[in-house]
Amino acid sequence: MLGYAVRRLLGAIPTLFLIITFAFFLMRVAPGGPFDRERTLEAKVLENLNRVFHLDRPVWEQYLYYLGNLARGDLGPSFIYRDFSVQQLLGNGLPVSIQLGATALLLALVIGCLLGTIAALRQNSWIDYSVIATATFGITVPNFVVAPLLSLIFGVWFSLLPAGGWNSPQSMILPVITLALPQVAIIARLIRGSTIEALRSDHVRTARAYGLPTRMIVVVHALRAACLPVVSYLGPAAAALLTGSVVVETIFGLPGIGRYFVQGALNRDYTLVMGTVIIIAVFVVIFNLIVDLLYAALDPRVRYD
Amino acid sequence: MTDIATGTGVPPTTRSRSLWATAFMRLRRNRAAMVSLVVLILFVLAGIFGPMLAPHPYARVYSDFVKVPASLEPYPLEAEIVPLAEQALARARLEVGSIEIDGSTLHVEATSAREIDPRVTRYLDRSDLFSNARVVEQSQDGKAIVIEADVQRLRFLFGTDANGRDLFARVLISIRISLMIGALATGVALLIGVLYGATAGFLGGRVDNLMMRFVDILYALPFTFFAILLVVFFGRNVVLMFVAVGAVEWLDMARIVRGQTIALRRREFVQAAEALGVGSGGILRRHIIPNTLGPVIIYMTLLVPKVILLESFLSFLGLGVQEPLTSLGVLIAEGARNMRGAAYMLLYPSLALTALLFALNFLGDGLRDALDPKDR
Amino acid sequence: MLKALIRPLLAGAMLVSVAGAASAITYVRGNDGDPETLDQHKTSLVAEAHLMRDLYEGLVVYDAKAKIIPGVAESWTVSDDGTIYTFKLREDAKWSNGDPVVAEDFVFSLQRIMTPETGAKYANILYPIKNAEAINKGEMQPEELGVKAVDDKTLEITLAQATPYFLELLTHQTGLPVNPGAVKEHGTDFVKPENLVTNGAYKLVSFTPGDKIVMEKNENFHDAANVQIDRIEYIPFEDRATCVRRFEAGEVMSCSDLPTEQIKSMKERLGDQVRISPYLGTYYYALNTEKDDLKDPKVRTALSMVIDRQFLGDEIWAGAMLPAYSLVPPGIGNYEGGGAMYDWADTSLLDREDKAIELMKEAGYGPDKPLKLEISYNNSENHKNTATAIADMWKAIGVDVQFNVRDLSAHYANLRDTSDYEVARAGWIGDYSDPQNFLFLLESDNKGFNYAKYKNPEYDALMDKAAAENDLVKRAETLREAEAVFVRDTPYIPLLFYSSLSLVSPKLKGWEDNIQNVHGTRYMSISE
Repeated sequence: MLGYAVRRLLGAIPTLFLIITFAFFLMRVAPGGPFDRERTLEAKVLENLNRVFHLDRPVWEQYLYYLGNLARGDLGPSFIYRDFSVQQLLGNGLPVSIQLGATALLLALVIGCLLGTIAALRQNSWIDYSVIATATFGITVPNFVVAPLLSLIFGVWFSLLPAGGWNSPQSMILPVITLALPQVAIIARLIRGSTIEALRSDHVRTARAYGLPTRMIVVVHALRAACLPVVSYLGPAAAALLTGSVVVETIFGLPGIGRYFVQGALNRDYTLVMGTVIIIAVFVVIFNLIVDLLYAALDPRVRYD
Repeated sequence: MTDIATGTGVPPTTRSRSLWATAFMRLRRNRAAMVSLVVLILFVLAGIFGPMLAPHPYARVYSDFVKVPASLEPYPLEAEIVPLAEQALARARLEVGSIEIDGSTLHVEATSAREIDPRVTRYLDRSDLFSNARVVEQSQDGKAIVIEADVQRLRFLFGTDANGRDLFARVLISIRISLMIGALATGVALLIGVLYGATAGFLGGRVDNLMMRFVDILYALPFTFFAILLVVFFGRNVVLMFVAVGAVEWLDMARIVRGQTIALRRREFVQAAEALGVGSGGILRRHIIPNTLGPVIIYMTLLVPKVILLESFLSFLGLGVQEPLTSLGVLIAEGARNMRGAAYMLLYPSLALTALLFALNFLGDGLRDALDPKDR
Repeated sequence: MLKALIRPLLAGAMLVSVAGAASAITYVRGNDGDPETLDQHKTSLVAEAHLMRDLYEGLVVYDAKAKIIPGVAESWTVSDDGTIYTFKLREDAKWSNGDPVVAEDFVFSLQRIMTPETGAKYANILYPIKNAEAINKGEMQPEELGVKAVDDKTLEITLAQATPYFLELLTHQTGLPVNPGAVKEHGTDFVKPENLVTNGAYKLVSFTPGDKIVMEKNENFHDAANVQIDRIEYIPFEDRATCVRRFEAGEVMSCSDLPTEQIKSMKERLGDQVRISPYLGTYYYALNTEKDDLKDPKVRTALSMVIDRQFLGDEIWAGAMLPAYSLVPPGIGNYEGGGAMYDWADTSLLDREDKAIELMKEAGYGPDKPLKLEISYNNSENHKNTATAIADMWKAIGVDVQFNVRDLSAHYANLRDTSDYEVARAGWIGDYSDPQNFLFLLESDNKGFNYAKYKNPEYDALMDKAAAENDLVKRAETLREAEAVFVRDTPYIPLLFYSSLSLVSPKLKGWEDNIQNVHGTRYMSISE
């Protein structure tokens, strides 16, 4: 198992390299550059800027330059936020995004699993229907509606929680709810579906035939098998959650890194986007590895050798 | 007991046909699913025929009615007609003597310091409220005039948007676009994802490893740039957008199917089929893929809303649907910005989307239950 | 003796103020977004200008009403030919580390901004200084810049030619001094809170991107006694609606911009707290005059004529914009007698429509040969609604419109690098209050901004003549002639004049609406 994990991590290095290469050139093909804004710059000024950022060199040379810096652990300076290096920007924002994402993920897992299992055990009852209805609603309403609504209701109308900003532990509550809501819905539905399936599976039937109590069956046998699709889903979902959400961060005014990806792309802040791409890639690789290991742990029939 | 036997390797040819037949039978017994099916069909019909039957064309601008709230009563409201007429006549530089409304006819007496050009009636016609404006009487010196016009009253069930276009008609056209996006993109995602995931999971080992690393690479790619690039290379093209969205969204599908396949591969009936000498393609087609359908259908019902919302993000970038067309995602995004002050702009598109997705979900559940080979 | 008594007292007072930091008066101030940099020489955004104004003091500064008042320079003289400015620096001007502000600091700063390696985006603002342009282009050494320190407190700036709006230019953030010691010691890191030395009313405490920028009162500032707010927290708002919600929740005291969609409902809810005031900016459509369809001024005039600007301003922009019938916004400085305007501005829309149809017919367009145009704009809700409305208005004269939407960067790259557009949305916010700053957009050698590719020797000659004119009244006259040429030829369709939109809490005193939209915190106070 350990050998497998190490091999996977080593195998991730060429993966990362490919991602970096692909993203680097993809970005350079996009029209517009970091200095194309509402205000066009004087030709000479633009030339000065391009020289400062090595943009006057051929793209392949910039690529090698970037790789060289990267090998030394330097993500380069941001093209837009000129007082910061990309490391500093990501280093500032990542803890915030992880904090929000992890809390939301945990909350979603607990509530989602609970709701999903209950719904499955009471299949086709009113409990089941209301869980599905709530879950559906959670997926239906987009976060750019939920976020301002929560902020308006709890921040402005009832003044119970901060309407935005990143000042106190309370600042986390509304963003975490917004982030968790669709995840709760998806997890609940996945758990419900697979639990129903697992309850009907041969070994649960056998267990039942042996007279084991339902609760025990659910916990020991069904839930374990039911977790598989959720685990499968959670890999990329966790990676996405922990690396921040542009909508939630913008609407609540939070200093995470989710904004950097979209803003960086729109601003053509090449190095910042590369930095976020690398972070997302690392998270995806790690979480997929965790998923595969969990798979092996949860399902004895899956083995890695 | 026969069902369990079905699950473990009765000759596949007879089974696959009966699977769908029984599935439909089971589906018909599921009331929630049937209601959802009806709702879905209604949506499809609304998307196809709605824009043709709507009281106003979806692209027509009523500049007199920008952002009027949803109302059953026709616009202009009774009390607003006179001021609106005065406004229109003020542009014609007329001194308005008296304005009366008699049923649906407007009666105006006006004077001016200069001789009045009879063409002033156009100022009334120009407005969306009045039509057939005519000069009834003009004094000898031409400085006094009596005008009559028909009052046109328009009904905006869902109100109008920031350009004065009927929101009801726009919701209808957006249903058409969003359904197309949902169907096409999910279809693409389904096709690629299931085939890819099942192949990877089934073949396992090095091939699986390689294929999943490729998925990892795609996961981490900057989608925003991908989108911007597509616009540049291919111009703005709705079909292309569906493909782009589908091409991005198959990744989750592939992972789920692969996970299921790995589990299924070790199952007795697959091993039995292998022992019987059934080829890999046959096993995939007849054993693996049908058995992954449950989670896949559930995921599909999750994917459609995701696709519809993703599309609104694309529209934000300029890759999406172009004006005057619109989509539910775009309307909801516009509505969210107008949440305060013009809540109806958020409400109606959201209701439409919610109803659509509820129907999809319950239908998905029903299908899952119906397709479950182990269910009785 | 007296001094010996006062000093401990002052020290005591300072101790109290430090101890009382918790109850210090804090102003939580909404800003447009994060600054790209706090290095004034590299700044280019309005958000940065707000920050710079509180951190630094230039030779001259804007007061609360955006009038030019003495800053570090307590007085100045101008040579008769208008090319040599001699500034007398105030004795008590100090950096936040206690060092005196000397003339040499300005020499260092102005040389630094012109050095090509600095990569200053707005270096061209100060091109009127002698040799500045050549230095910025790498053709001369920075030492050759026309700025010299006569002594510690006397600064002499030589211009290439008379520039009547030079003092306006000096209010721009590019003219602010950097602390040479900090720059030499820390290099580009001099902007870090622990390194930054400022000479304005405030000093930097911290900067967390996406979160806040905190400033505290600079006790070394010469006018510190009159600075009433002890601490500022600048909050960046990418989303305007977020600021409104936080304002209503009492979490911020002012917003620097507002979501236009909400203006109507905000006015109902918040009344006078919503401030809409004219701003130095024009929203326009550039017509690519190199395209066959848009070569004819008749067509361009017709297109301009039928646009109902009142509708755009009142309905599409909810009153956040004013109708524009000329390029230069009203209320601008150095424009005695106002600018030239479309003579049909007051004509009714229907008559304009008739006239436009006639013009189109003369140009060879009609029902059998409709004009097909594409409007390019960068993505935003308001731009989209504006384009939709204009397309509808153009339909009345038989113009078929298509849209081409790009994101901001791609849109402007397209305008700059290609000729591949017909009608393009653009906007211009003045850097300084002078009509030249608007009219220069259409000079034929202005490659960067002349999106219309407009080439008219008559116009260029008028602009050159105005540049050489030292008498402000005569100069205004010449500029007005140039604007009249613009109006006649309509290479751009001026649509709307911008307004600055703000939310200001009634507790915040001293916020004066002004056309420059400048609001230095040092002039404000907070009452409970």
